[in-house]
Formats: sequence, structure tokens, C-alpha cells
Amino acid sequence: MGFNWILISPEIAVLATGFILLILDLFIGKSRGFLLTAVSFIGIMVALWLNYQNYSIMGVGFQGIVINDPIGFYFKIIFCMGTLLTVFISSTYVSREMKGMGEYYVLIFIATFGMMVMASSADLITIFLGLEVMSIPLYVLAGIHRGRLRGREAAMKYFLLGAFASGFLLYGIALIFGAYGSTNLVEISQRFLFSSGFSGILTGAGMVFLLVGFGFKIAAAPFHMWVPDVYEGATAPVTAFMSAGPKAAAFAVLFRLFSVFQPVISDNFTTILWILAVITMLWGNLLALSQKNIKRMLAYSSIAHAGYVLIALTVGGRDGISAGLFYLLIYTIVNIGAFSIIIFFSGKNEKYENISDYAGFGYKYPFAAIAMTVFMLALAGFPATAGFAGKYKIFVAAINSGFIWLAIIGIFNSLVSVWYYIGVVVSMYMKQPRDESPTVILSMTLMVAVLVAFIGTVYLGLFPDDWIALSDWAGSHYSWASIVGSLVR
Amino acid sequence: MPSLEYYIILSAILFSVGVWGVLKSRNAIVAFMAIEIMLNAVNLSLISFSSNIKLIISGLIQALPADQVPALLRSSSAYGQIFVLLVMTVAAAEAAVGLAIIISIYRAKGSVNLDDVNIMKW
Repeated sequence: MGFNWILISPEIAVLATGFILLILDLFIGKSRGFLLTAVSFIGIMVALWLNYQNYSIMGVGFQGIVINDPIGFYFKIIFCMGTLLTVFISSTYVSREMKGMGEYYVLIFIATFGMMVMASSADLITIFLGLEVMSIPLYVLAGIHRGRLRGREAAMKYFLLGAFASGFLLYGIALIFGAYGSTNLVEISQRFLFSSGFSGILTGAGMVFLLVGFGFKIAAAPFHMWVPDVYEGATAPVTAFMSAGPKAAAFAVLFRLFSVFQPVISDNFTTILWILAVITMLWGNLLALSQKNIKRMLAYSSIAHAGYVLIALTVGGRDGISAGLFYLLIYTIVNIGAFSIIIFFSGKNEKYENISDYAGFGYKYPFAAIAMTVFMLALAGFPATAGFAGKYKIFVAAINSGFIWLAIIGIFNSLVSVWYYIGVVVSMYMKQPRDESPTVILSMTLMVAVLVAFIGTVYLGLFPDDWIALSDWAGSHYSWASIVGSLVR
Repeated sequence: MPSLEYYIILSAILFSVGVWGVLKSRNAIVAFMAIEIMLNAVNLSLISFSSNIKLIISGLIQALPADQVPALLRSSSAYGQIFVLLVMTVAAAEAAVGLAIIISIYRAKGSVNLDDVNIMKW
């Protein structure tokens, strides 16, 4: 009957940091920007350290609703990395554009707490609560810049479609509860043998509804309508945050669900996921080709990247999960890196968001332009960058499991994507600069974020072995629900 | 008491009404009300599953010794009932944030018509 608080210590650290920031914001005056960033940094570091300590005490707690297993462990690293980079890229932006709102950091931390709960829960109720704890702060964050009318629109679109998606998700959970009389995934997996006549239909329908609900969150086509508008409307640091963590959190739940329900759902689900992956990749890449606004272009590119991770989900099992985890880690680092350069380039009030505005920046800001080039090449999947290692792992997993055509379509898609990523580089280095140029504002924290993301991108591209080994270890626990007993060491 | 199927069919109809309402309505408040109908359809099916828990886990009941059955029935049906309370809580939290967002749009535009929310194309 133990509660086993130690298993969720990283989550507690993140939530406590959020509350400390909330109270601290009331009492501090001028030097808010620095103090809030420092506290956020310490909070995330403590969470990462506690997560590292939990490496040796895997297991379930709170009567089986919370699980600390290798998959959750890996995802918590991804979320902490995403939040860490987001805090650094937001620091000066928030004090410059929003007069140093403390609630910005609070919302970021509560959303991170929600993601971590999603990744480490073994119960459909906890998954739903984690999803809402993640989503509600994100609706607010999308419109947090009060002077930005596009941000308000983005918040409204995100809210309506997000709430719509949670309705589908809930209906799926209700149907699965109706099939097995339990919401606990471990308990459900033990009840497969004793299921009644109608539970097959209810499970199938429930999984379809769950896929629709999470499809909205991971931005899979055809549930992606909100993505371009929200990514364009929200301010750049918020977009960076939204494009990385929440997507990984929804994938964490999808990986868990599909490995639990593998024995009872029909093979048609592989076909459904196959089609979903292909549509998502094609739609994202083809529409990204014609975008002028860089945030909108990266929004469509994030849809395409969700498609690559859907390949990993289709493959499933050990290979699929380890490839998906590794890809999500890389995507988080590279994508937030790209957004940090966008924050740098776009100047005050994010006036310069078009790709053509960056003409001539290659000579004006050589270091930032080199970093942007590396991030773009990594997103496109060039060899020697992190993006290549991630894509290679996914396509190899697909080929080894017999999804040859899926791998071919994926490779074709990443060839198409090179075109629009290179467009940014071409604009920076080979176009005539305009007369008026933005006044970019450089800050220490932004430089640190760029540097961390840059080193991460290059390091994971050249020496990915350690992290591949870690994700293989996490992937080898793919049948997590049936090995819960053996996790406790 | 009518049997389980009627409740499930009613809940499916309510859910479809909600989905149709979200897709059809041009007013943000009406769309939000339709979402609430969807959530309440889910609550209805959770409650009806949970009061018919004996039927759902009949296979498991036969496999277990008789003295463990009452505890199993209690815990299984509690999942659904507690979930309904949590869904209502979350719906309230969502309403608080959502209505605030809709009000901020109304202040900026003087309308909550979704066709007017068009700076960026949908």
C-alpha cells in the first residue's frame, strides 16, 4: 500500500519549482528576469538529477497508477532538456517583450509537470489528467503576449480544437473501461484472457478514438489543422516549447498504449498507422515547400517530423520504440535550437518572420548563420548531424521489420524536405540584403541556448552511440505492462 | 432499469450531437457548449458501464474465488465513478481558461464569430 513518493520525485521537483516561481514573482522587483531564470534553471537541474537517481529504483507506485520504467525515464530526460532550452531562449525575450511576466515560467513548469505525468503513468485516468495539466497552460501560453492579436487567435483555435480532441480521447477511455472494467493499463493487460464477447469491438473503437485524440496532440494529418496557425500566432519561445515537449509526451502515451493493446487489437491497426504516417509526412513536407513565413514553415516541418515518428510507432516493439525515443530527443534539441536563432533574427516584436527577411544575414551574423545552417541541415537529415542519426535509426528499424515501402516513402520525403530547409540557408548566404535591417538583440542566455543546442546537434550526429544504447535499453522494455513485477530491483 | 445498451446508444448519440455542433457552429461559445455535451456523453457512458460492472467483468468473476468477487466489483466500478468526478473537474478548469480566451477575443474584435477569427487562414 506504499505511496512510493520517490518514484515521482522528478515530477515533484518540477511542480515545486513552478509554485516557488509563482510565489517568488510576487516579492521581487527589478531583477526579476535574472532571478526567475536562475530558479528555473536550478529546478530543472534538480529534476534531471532526481531522475538520474531514479535510474536504480524502477517500479510502480500509488497502487499501480504511476510507473517509473526505462521508457518514462528516457522521456523525462527529453522533457527536461526541452524545458531547459526553453527557459534559456525565453529569458530575455520575456523581460523585453512582456515586461518580465513571472507567470510565463510558472505555466511552462506546470505544462512540463503534465508531460512528465503523462509519460510516467500506467493508468488511463492519470494519462488524461496529465494531458489536461499539460494542455491548459499551453492554451494560455499561446496567447500570453497581450499586444499580439495573432496570439489571441492562436489561443482560441488551439483551445477549441484541443478541447475537441480531449473529448475524443475521453470517449476512447470510456469505451476501453467498458471493455475491461478497469482503467489501469497493467490490470487491463491481465484481464485480456477473461474478456467478454463485446470487449473486442469496444477496444477497437476505443483505440480509434484514442488515436484521434492523440493525433491532434502530435499534429498528425488529418488532425493537424491547428498547427500552422498556432505556431505562427504564438510567440517564438512558446512555439519552440510547444513543438517539442507536448508532442513527445503524446507519443510517450501512444507507445505505451500500443504495446499494451498489441495482443488484442487487429492487424488493421498497423495499416491505419501506416496510412497515417504516410499522409502526415507527405502533407507536412508538400505544404512546407510553399511557405514564406519561417514559423509556418517549421510548423509544417513539425507535422512531417511527427510522420517520421509515426513510422517508429507503426514498427512498434523494441526497434520501433528505441528509434522513436532517439528521434524525439534529437528533434527536441534541434528544433528548439532553430527557434532560438529565429528569436535572435526576428528582432523586436518579431517583426522579421519571413524567410526572405534573412537575406544577407550569413555575412552580417556569421556565427548565428552557421548555427542556423547546421540546425536546418540536421532537420533535413544530413549526414554528420544529429538528424541523420535519428532518421537512419528509424528507417533501419522499418526495413528490419519488413516495412520496406514505408522506409522508401520516408526517405523520399526527407529528400523533398531538403528543398525548403536549404531555402533558408540560400536566403541567408546568397540573396542581396535589404536596406532596412532588424536590430537584433543578443543576450547571454540566448547564446547559451544556441551553444547547447549546437553542441548537442553536432555531438549526437558524430558520437550517437551512448544515447542509442540508452534508447535501445529503454526500447527493450517495450512490453512494460507484463514486466512491471520484475522492474523493482 | 433499462439495460446497458440503451445508455450506451444514448451516449453515442449525445457524443455525435456534440461533434456535429462543434463542426457546424460559427460561434465560439456554441462550439464550446457542444464540447461540453461531448464530455457529458462520456460521463454518461462511464457511469452506465460502472453500474453494470458485473456484466463487463463476468469472465473474470467466474475465474476468481467467490470471496474475492465483492472487492473486485467495488474497485472496478469505482474507476468509472471517480473518473466522472475528475472529468467534471477538468471540464470546469477548461471552461475557466476557455471563456477567458473567448472574452479576450471579444474585447479585441467585438465578436466571437469564428469567421471573424481570420488574421491567419484556418
